[in-house]
Amino acid sequence: MPDTIYAKSVKGRPGYRFASQPPPEPTGVPKEYLRKGPIGLPEVSEPEIMRHYVALSTLNHHVDKDLFPLGSCTMKYNPKVNEDVAGFAGFSGLHPEQADDDVQGALEVMHTLEGKLAAVSGMDAVTLQTVAGAQGELLGLMLAKEYFADRGEKKTRVLVPDSAHGTNPSSAVIAGFETTTFSSGADGCVDIDALKAVLDEDVAVLMLTVPNTLGLFEKHIEKITRLVHETGGLCYMDGANMNALMGHARPGDFGFDVMHFNLHKTFSTPHGGGGPGSGPVAVKSHLEPFLPAPRVIEEAGRYRLSTDYPKSVGALHSFYGNFGIYLRALVYITRLGADGIHRASATANLNANYLAKSLAKLFPIPYGERCMHEFVASGAPYRENGVKTLDIAKRLLDFGFYAPTIYFPLTVPEALMIEPTETESKETLDRFVEVLTRIAQEAKTSPETLTSAPTRTPVRRVDETAANRNPVVTEPLDV
Amino acid sequence: MPYTYHSKEDRAAMLRLLGFDSEDRLFDAIPEGLRLDQPLPIENGRSEPETLRLFKRLAVKNHGAHGLVNFLGGGIYDHVVPSVVNNLASRPEFATAYTPYQPEVSQGTLGVIFEFQTHISRLTGMPIANASMYDAASAMAESALMAAKATGRKTILMPDSVNPRYRRVVERYVSGQNLLIEAIPATASGQIDAGALSARLGDDIAGVVVQTPNYFGVLEEPWAFSDPVRESGAMLIACVCPISLAIFRPPSEYGADIVIGEGQSLGNPMSFGGPLVGFMACSQKLIRQMPGRIVSRTKDVDGHTAFVLTLQTREQHIRRAKATSNICTNQGLLATRATIYLSLLGEHGLTELARLCHDKAHRLAERIAACDGYGIRFGGPFFKEFVVECPTDAVAVVKRARELGVLAGIPLEKYYGETSRRDLLVAVTENNSDEDFELLCDALCKARDAEREPSNA
Repeated sequence: MPDTIYAKSVKGRPGYRFASQPPPEPTGVPKEYLRKGPIGLPEVSEPEIMRHYVALSTLNHHVDKDLFPLGSCTMKYNPKVNEDVAGFAGFSGLHPEQADDDVQGALEVMHTLEGKLAAVSGMDAVTLQTVAGAQGELLGLMLAKEYFADRGEKKTRVLVPDSAHGTNPSSAVIAGFETTTFSSGADGCVDIDALKAVLDEDVAVLMLTVPNTLGLFEKHIEKITRLVHETGGLCYMDGANMNALMGHARPGDFGFDVMHFNLHKTFSTPHGGGGPGSGPVAVKSHLEPFLPAPRVIEEAGRYRLSTDYPKSVGALHSFYGNFGIYLRALVYITRLGADGIHRASATANLNANYLAKSLAKLFPIPYGERCMHEFVASGAPYRENGVKTLDIAKRLLDFGFYAPTIYFPLTVPEALMIEPTETESKETLDRFVEVLTRIAQEAKTSPETLTSAPTRTPVRRVDETAANRNPVVTEPLDV
Repeated sequence: MPYTYHSKEDRAAMLRLLGFDSEDRLFDAIPEGLRLDQPLPIENGRSEPETLRLFKRLAVKNHGAHGLVNFLGGGIYDHVVPSVVNNLASRPEFATAYTPYQPEVSQGTLGVIFEFQTHISRLTGMPIANASMYDAASAMAESALMAAKATGRKTILMPDSVNPRYRRVVERYVSGQNLLIEAIPATASGQIDAGALSARLGDDIAGVVVQTPNYFGVLEEPWAFSDPVRESGAMLIACVCPISLAIFRPPSEYGADIVIGEGQSLGNPMSFGGPLVGFMACSQKLIRQMPGRIVSRTKDVDGHTAFVLTLQTREQHIRRAKATSNICTNQGLLATRATIYLSLLGEHGLTELARLCHDKAHRLAERIAACDGYGIRFGGPFFKEFVVECPTDAVAVVKRARELGVLAGIPLEKYYGETSRRDLLVAVTENNSDEDFELLCDALCKARDAEREPSNA
């Protein structure tokens, strides 16, 4: 691991210059407003900056290097044309306080994308304001809250299955609900009786991921949403797994009232090492009056932002969400078209099923090897050799692959959640199977190869406990 | 078809392994009645050149800072983005990596975040910083929730001088926790009424927000009320402009508990207001209440230095309903850009930039004040942004200026109502030249004359 940029600082080295003449120090400002000492930022030359960050970057695994089979994260290829378009000065140079007349192209992008997302989801209206899936969840629940308040109803609970993403219960609490977790059935899907047991008129929202985190389609979905509606509740769909459905089935038809998309998963925008994402929310018409404002309206080919929504929940973002990100998603949709979208999901499911079938003998799949876009295998057979799923994951890193999502969902012991996405070739999938086959072999013959893995990565297993006990989150001042 | 690459033979071989006669079988699990039997109402796909043409046509319908003279600010600023930042941040190693959950193959991202945290810590003077937030608005909301949790109290004091867009987001965010947001008025200097604020303190106040420079561009005097705030047991939440901190007093020196701000100006384009990147720093004692990702330095099994995400038990994927926040992503790539930007500018570059913005803004303010009928609204010291008092409706001034190719500023009426009808918020960055100042002053004069003429006629 190279030193930080601070260790490369040399006092007196000139930094980036903005003007040919040094600007004057502020005059006329009372002393108590002014900084007294140095900031402590590094002093490094431009070529050294390049070398430092290029060197750092090479320590990352990334989609353009090799397979990233991270379940629930949809690490598909990020098309480069998306980046080019987002970099157009006509988009990147816009200030959000400009008049509607000056941003007609941007508003058209928003309006068009809202329409496409509504079409893909079978919902009636979309907001692009939410910048992440978790923020989409939060907004969706707030919409539900306003909806019930508007009807003079008080409902206090949100239901989540035990296989839900951690953000679901967390968002529900921030939105001011209590959460009730209920157990999934033996088939990995919602257990109707378990649902009925916790469902009553206090329930505001049922949150479900479809397909669920086991990669299974909720086969009783119509019944589930009907039951919730019968007690007066609403149904929220966590759209993290939309990559399994696009063009083949629509959440709006399943009975969902509100859902979010993760454009950084399904619609190919880059993950950026942890963001920025984009988490638009789609709703049925009965929730539309509560959507955040402003909203884009089209009138005879002209677009404008309107704030005339008296029931709107207000805003979760200073402006219009992550424009530069959802713009990339629209570029992606434009490239694919209806047929390409349809093909993308079919191929995502084909790749996942192909992998599941190829791996099931070595890594059993407790809920069956028939899946949608991802599946959850188990590393449990190797426990008797002293090998945990974590070790299998770490060994994969030695072969140049990223690891699957591990130990999630909690309903599968030693879980390995694998999502190949549609952009991987058959050769890559076969290579992955080959490597996992070898790892399974190693687990039996030389388990220490796994328990001591990785050995070929930039650093080896790190001491998380020491970090937790005594976190060092900044470079000390003397460096 | 774009972005799927199997040959016909590949598909056939894969389906054969599965024992499927057609791809439709992949969707067997979806009940018949729920399967779409017709294509989505979306046009057919386009080639890359066709797509580029389409989006070029959309882009030219926009008129932004790339073609106009720009004085818009209010939280989003048109600063220079050095070439190095674009070059490095567009590397796929940074752009197409995931959240660094496997630290062995994520040291690039983790190392950058560690530097980001250090940069923010040094700018603000606070010992702890996280890996970034969605934007300043959500960071402010999260700090309000943090203050409420840490104090067990329910009311947040929110001065009128805080960015009204941030206030709106905070109000919405905290509604689920039933926090109360209470306004504190501003004085004629454009600063917080320290007397009114101190008088309102009490054992129900969880936190006090102070934004400096504030929405009017005016620097606040947090030291005028930070002692009473601390004595009352409330948290002081400072929202700061990172560039200004090169020349102005860091919030650690006036006792801030939580420091947040917007990092868009640190090497990120305006991009119609998003994506943005919030930052958050805090005192040592609040680290375990902090939302979002945090990177720590540690060792690997061979004793080599390594970085890792830490204190993850605060986070939603472990704590679920009991997490400190539901936040799941940070703004990794924008934080990367901000990190590279601050490293590149360094001590001298950032100081020069802050002085340049300060100097230019003050020169423009002087010129505007010399325009007949125009004045500077507030007497408090400012950094790179200030409120101009126009002789007529600011909206009319903006309209007239736009006809002359100038984005003159933000009319404050839409946020502060009728009493601010003549107030115009003007921002200056290093990108603005003397020629731009000339154009703006000329536009202001013409707007004034156009308003006077009809009444004189």
